[in-house]
Amino acid sequence: MTDLSKAGPMLEVTDLGHTYQGKDGAHDAIDALGFSVGAGELVCVVGPSGCGKSTLLRTIAGLVRPSRGAVSLHGSPVDGVPADLAVVFQDYSRSLFPWLSVQRNVEFPLRGLARAERASRAAEALASVGLDKAGRKYPWQLSGGMQQRVAIARALAYRPALLLMDEPFASVDAQTRFELEDLLLRVRREQDTTVLLVTHDIDESVYLGDRVLVLSKSPATVVAELTVDLGAERDQITTRASEEFVELRARVAGLLQGVPQQRSVPVEH
Amino acid sequence: MRLLKEAGQRWVVFAVAVLVWELLARAADDVFFPPPTTIAEAAGELWFSPLFGEHVVPGVGRMLAGFATAAVVGVALGVLLGRSATAMAYLSPAFTFIRSIPPPLLVPFFAATIGVTSMQLPTIAFGALWPVLLNTVDGARSVDATKVETARAFRLSRAQWLLGVVLPSALPKVFAGLRLSLSIALVLMVISELIGSLNGVGNQLVQAQRDYALPAMWAWIVLLGILGYLFNTLLLLAERRALAWQPGHSPEAKTLATGG
Repeated sequence: MTDLSKAGPMLEVTDLGHTYQGKDGAHDAIDALGFSVGAGELVCVVGPSGCGKSTLLRTIAGLVRPSRGAVSLHGSPVDGVPADLAVVFQDYSRSLFPWLSVQRNVEFPLRGLARAERASRAAEALASVGLDKAGRKYPWQLSGGMQQRVAIARALAYRPALLLMDEPFASVDAQTRFELEDLLLRVRREQDTTVLLVTHDIDESVYLGDRVLVLSKSPATVVAELTVDLGAERDQITTRASEEFVELRARVAGLLQGVPQQRSVPVEH
Repeated sequence: MRLLKEAGQRWVVFAVAVLVWELLARAADDVFFPPPTTIAEAAGELWFSPLFGEHVVPGVGRMLAGFATAAVVGVALGVLLGRSATAMAYLSPAFTFIRSIPPPLLVPFFAATIGVTSMQLPTIAFGALWPVLLNTVDGARSVDATKVETARAFRLSRAQWLLGVVLPSALPKVFAGLRLSLSIALVLMVISELIGSLNGVGNQLVQAQRDYALPAMWAWIVLLGILGYLFNTLLLLAERRALAWQPGHSPEAKTLATGG
């Protein structure tokens, strides 16, 4: 399972907590959160809607400074957005720049590189998400699923050590979601990317993850950490029908509803 | 063929109005309302005389220089101020106040402080600044949260952020402001020249009025109409080019809207 190198895990979250100061008092979004992600892992964080999943992701990305605890990437503390990290947001239509063509959208964050290098990286990333012919189009000329592919390509072209995804497939239809899930599994196999993906979809978390972290209601804390032994090759039909999948999703569902873990597993008498 | 039909639709009402005007003016036979043909005759003489170079060119030059100054300063300041909530908290009452002063009222002030013969350009630049500035502020302020986070997550430089994200986001509003500024610039050009100027279309208008040269007066008025129409069309073309990425501005959408 987790392949921890000698240098320790790539991402380490320790005792993380964040409190928002609102007009109607303080609100604890997350509290006492701790977990780690090893290089090359795909970890899914699943939790009920509004539990603070997005806050967790933004804290790891360095977009929000946590009230308590620490996040460290490659062993050094996260203070501001780290250089080798990319984020794919749920709202692709707002995350992409509508005034830039698809190709330019993917190139945009690569401004420090030579022009030829930017173009070749963008072309490569677009090819890996199956959009090699759409480079000259504008985002609005593409379907929602294709726009999210562009956002994924943009993140891949950036070549991050850690890819953060915030409910990336929540705004597309079911058919497209399956396609994008398989695309993510393939790309991550090919490129050995480390991924932390936040979702509220139980099936998705089990289907995609090497591990699933189950969060409690707000303030979110890790209630359970499940290892998913479904292998690297997964298939929307056979994997979802397999016994391990069905059992795991029942466990996650039980955990999310606050049922103690033991009771969701069949017990021998 | 379709182009011809479109042009016909666009100009038929105008042509009929001119024709009716011609007939009415001839019937009335009043020196204050010369028929369009008489005006056209006067225009032919005036517009193609040295007066064009002496008056129209410098006047329009000042108008364009004033408008360009307002556009550059307004967009640059607007992008910066629009991203600073603190700055706008301090400045917005003052802006609202200045905006609500009708720009032509500034002409006497500038005439008194700068001088009647050299106040035209500063008056135009100052008056035209506010619509483009305030609209740019509005546009820059409205960059959505996801784009802000995307820009931060990819660690964009400040220049990339302002020029590559904020400015394009604000561009539709910027153009709305520029259109307002352009019409104000044109109004201020004439009014500042009416009050006192060594040259300009406004100067010639007053001259014609003093000489009771009604056809000449009308000819200058018509020229102002043509200039206004011309500059507005040019600005619209620039806008269409700059906003070509917008769904509503695409060539496909345009043929859909005007076709049939």
